[in-house]
This record gives sequence, structure tokens and C-alpha cells, in this order.
Amino acid sequence: MSSAKDIEAFSLDALRAGDRAEFSRLVEATSAKTYRLAVKMLNDPQDAEDVLQETYLKAYRHLKDFDGRSSLSTWLYRIATNEALMQLRKRRPDIISIDEPVETTEGEKEPVQIIDWCCLPEDVLLSGETRARLDGAISHLPHNLRIVFLLRDIEDLSTHETAEVLNISEVAVKTRLSRARLRLREELSGYYSERLGGKIYESR
Amino acid sequence: MSHDENCRRLLDSLSGYVDGELSDELCVEIDRHLSTCENCCIVVDTLKKTIYLYHVTSASPEIPSEVRERLYQCLDLKNFMSKQQKT
Repeated sequence: MSSAKDIEAFSLDALRAGDRAEFSRLVEATSAKTYRLAVKMLNDPQDAEDVLQETYLKAYRHLKDFDGRSSLSTWLYRIATNEALMQLRKRRPDIISIDEPVETTEGEKEPVQIIDWCCLPEDVLLSGETRARLDGAISHLPHNLRIVFLLRDIEDLSTHETAEVLNISEVAVKTRLSRARLRLREELSGYYSERLGGKIYESR
Repeated sequence: MSHDENCRRLLDSLSGYVDGELSDELCVEIDRHLSTCENCCIVVDTLKKTIYLYHVTSASPEIPSEVRERLYQCLDLKNFMSKQQKT
């Protein structure tokens, strides 16, 4: 989870044998990222903390069964992701499942705002208020798009790794990532157009 | 196909386009379209900027010290905690 390479330097034998010192090094190296993923996925610090704790409790319990087929970081992300999705389901039992296809949207027309806000200065693009809006925009995504966006663009996993974590195809990862990014761009366009003084050049 | 329909059709490829993972053929087609379509240029630029902003703002993940402390407590790893903070 830190950089994928660092984390693979852990001794799997020690971890599988339940070595507490090695496990605590693993926690130290990965917990900030796990926590961030949970916070952004759940948008609630208390729920995120529950997911964080549950992730490492499960990891410790199941490390002896870790077969090394996927990388250790992919394996940890999978546990954290499942915990986060489970937490979300607890909150809203009617949510769509991660397996539900979002690819069947031929002809679906999402809005496309044409506002060039790239010219805004960095301090506007990255103000404290803006950062809150960036997080807010993530939380407006449906869960199955949100998790793909977080793993690919926030955690920097590859398409292949993301597909492994979520147990979906690489094509599905790409489609969901595309949809998530376009929606986020859309939301940011709305927000930044206010910063531009509501000057909308054109819309279609 | 009208110009707008063409924009719509290419929209779903733009994410792959900015990641540089499209086929040469599709890439050329998009480049050609972008050279004549200011609107799609804006979409591509703001899409890239969107991704960039999320990258920049997620550079260093942090865990609040009290969250970290409770994590170590719940994992019964408190003995290892002070040692690691020094490093």
C-alpha cells in the first residue's frame, strides 16, 4: 500500500507465523492509506475508523491463509474495500452491489458543461474550501464508481490491480473510471464556474 | 453523424485518451477531432485538470494520532507503537 514495492519487502513467513513486530510494521506502513480510503469511501470518520480496525483485525486473523497469488497490498486493499462496502450496506441496505453492471448505458446522455476553468490560479483551485468540494464530489458518486476512482486515481493502483481487488474485469474498471472522472469533472465545472464569476461560455 | 453526436461518441474514450491507453487508430481520430472542436478541447483539459487536482490533494495520506493510537490498542500492538514513532 505504501508504494507497492516497499510493502512486498515484508517477510511473508514472519507475517504468516503471526510475528507481532512484523505485523506492526505492516500496520505502520499501510494504515494511513487504508484510513484515507475508508474516509473517502464512507465520508464519515467514525465509520472509517471501524473499517480501519476491522481491516487489520481480519488481516491478522487471515494472514496465515494468504497464498501470495495476489500481492500483499492488493490483498489488504481487498479486505479494506469489502469492509467499507459492507459498512455502506449496513447504512443503506438498498444500495446497488459492486457487481451490478454500470456498462449498459448506451445512449445515456450525461450533461457536459463546457467551461474552461483551467486558467484559474492554483490557490483558487486548491483552497481549503475547494478541497472540501473535491471530497464532496467523490461522495456524490455511486459506490461502484467511487471505489474504482479511489483505487485508481487516489491510491494509484493499476487497472489490473484494481480489477483484482474488486474481482471485476479490467474493461469494467476502465468504464467505471471513465464515468467517475467525467462526473467529477462535471461537478467541478459547476463549482469552478461560480469561482469564475458564473461566466459560462457555452453549454450544450 | 452530426458534430455533437461525434463529441458524444468520443466522450467515453476521453478517460482512456488522457491515460494514453487507446489504440493508435482511435487516438488519431480523437486528435483530429480535437483540432477542430474547441468544446472537446475544453472537456479534455478540464478532465486532465480534475485528475491532476485529485492527485495533488492526495499526495500524503495522514492518520490522526488518536485514530492511530486506538488502532494499535485494538490490535494489541501498543508495545510496538512508541518504538515506531521514534523512527
